[in-house]
Amino acid sequence: MSMDMDRKRARDGWLLSAPALVLLILAASGPLLIVVIYAFLTPGEYSGIVWDFSLKAWFQVLFERDIFDQTVSFADAHLTIFWRSVRLSLVTTLLTFVFGFPTAWFIATRPPNQRAMWLFLITIPFWTNLLIRTFAIMEVIRLDGILNNALMGIGLLSEPLRIMYTDTAVLIGMTYVYLPLMVLPLFAAIDRLDFRLVEAGYDLYATRWQVLRRIILPIIKPGIIAGSILVFVPSLGAYVTPRLLGGGKKMMIGNFIELQFGAGRNWPLGSALSLILLLIVGIALIFYVRASTRSDANG
Amino acid sequence: MAERKRRRFSITALPGFSTLAIVTFLVLYVPIVTMVVYSFNASMSVAVWGGFSLEWYVYAWNNTLVQEATVRSVIIAVCASGIATTVATMAALGTTRRGRYKGQTIIYLLINQPLMVPEIVTAVALLIVFASIKVATGYTGLAYLIIAHSAFCIPFAYLPIRARLEGMDLTLEIASADLYASPWRAFRRVTLPLLAPGIAAGAMLAFVISLDDVIITEFVKSAGQDTLPTYMLGQLRRAVTPEVNAISTALLVLTVLLLTLFYLLTRRRD
Repeated sequence: MSMDMDRKRARDGWLLSAPALVLLILAASGPLLIVVIYAFLTPGEYSGIVWDFSLKAWFQVLFERDIFDQTVSFADAHLTIFWRSVRLSLVTTLLTFVFGFPTAWFIATRPPNQRAMWLFLITIPFWTNLLIRTFAIMEVIRLDGILNNALMGIGLLSEPLRIMYTDTAVLIGMTYVYLPLMVLPLFAAIDRLDFRLVEAGYDLYATRWQVLRRIILPIIKPGIIAGSILVFVPSLGAYVTPRLLGGGKKMMIGNFIELQFGAGRNWPLGSALSLILLLIVGIALIFYVRASTRSDANG
Repeated sequence: MAERKRRRFSITALPGFSTLAIVTFLVLYVPIVTMVVYSFNASMSVAVWGGFSLEWYVYAWNNTLVQEATVRSVIIAVCASGIATTVATMAALGTTRRGRYKGQTIIYLLINQPLMVPEIVTAVALLIVFASIKVATGYTGLAYLIIAHSAFCIPFAYLPIRARLEGMDLTLEIASADLYASPWRAFRRVTLPLLAPGIAAGAMLAFVISLDDVIITEFVKSAGQDTLPTYMLGQLRRAVTPEVNAISTALLVLTVLLLTLFYLLTRRRD
């Protein structure tokens, strides 16, 4: 009897979920499997692929063969792009924390009637189109943007700063657009913080620094990890922001993948690069799940 | 005579944090406010102020490319959020309040996949699949974009609906069953009205997410199928006029309105 009930429950659950799953398999998971297959095929002459098994795409990720003497060397350009992506994403994560932590702390320690307003001010940029926010920051840091106009206006600069189309521009842009992703989970963690523990620390003559380092930071660690993952993962796969602020030269993995499907005409290489990006994201997510279950177990 | 001011020791204060927070809010809003202000600029430039004017709003309004892109964006967002919300509601009913069953983790993983996989990867994956379907069938209409948008909107519709379901009281449904309501009738007359705010919130999130999408649309669209964001991306690659500011401002206002509505819907009634 109960066996039947269990089976019916599971069957109904699957039936109700089926339309969503069909759609997701059709336009999300299924295509992803095809990317896996494409990464092991031969590029077509103009674009697309030829159905011949090949490991060349994976070889091309790291090495290049000289077209004249056939010698193999490291593909420096590719490594530069990987390294730039990882480095910029890590620095973005760090910068969003440096600005995001005080902001989240500020919001969480406002009187309750003001808190919703400050939180709403963070949520607006969070839901505003990424493209619009990238455009907004682009207008500020351009050669004739308001930053340069202001700095030259007050006489701090005699020549405008050339920020656009550099790594710095990409860094500023990514920090700007991903900041709310750091603030929101940090706020959630600080909001739950039991301030009696902080008070107890001060009662025992701890300095502000000691309280921060020994009490506050360990307690809100899950929030820090969540915020870091939420910023790091989209930074690593960023496409719009590096494209607009980095120009064509300062590429990140996302732009490099696009190039392979466009002018590069190497779909297998693009597929292999997509899988590598997916792998790094997967590692970050596994790290996140393990870190958060561990802190659950401790807390 | 100088009496030293004594501030009360506050346990919630950390040195410099408030200053840094205010600076962060300023940095967050100065670019957005500047963008909005320059949408009312009378001059061609996005950098030199030439007086107040609504010229660029009129210009964007009369631009057939913008009109077409707007209509396309709205059609896609309405269809995609409608489809995503319907299937997500069913999935939420299928995955909550019925205890654990075999394969539930797989369902969760599939539903949340669009949140975990970088958008650029999904975009190239869809490009590969849809490009060959386009060649094979010759059909290049909006259906590809609607299907793609429906799929990545599902988790955004699913999460608020599921949250609402989990917070709902089962007794009313049990009561209706006691009074001999058929399961379908109980669902329509009891569950659905109670669930409505969650469904509306989910639909709204899905709508905003679809309306905002750039990357997947850019890779899936056929020639001449620009949506508002991909049109803007195209404009940003060329010389920027305040027209982009005007479109951005209009989208910003729409987002804030929808967001406010979302808050009112999901706010807990105490």
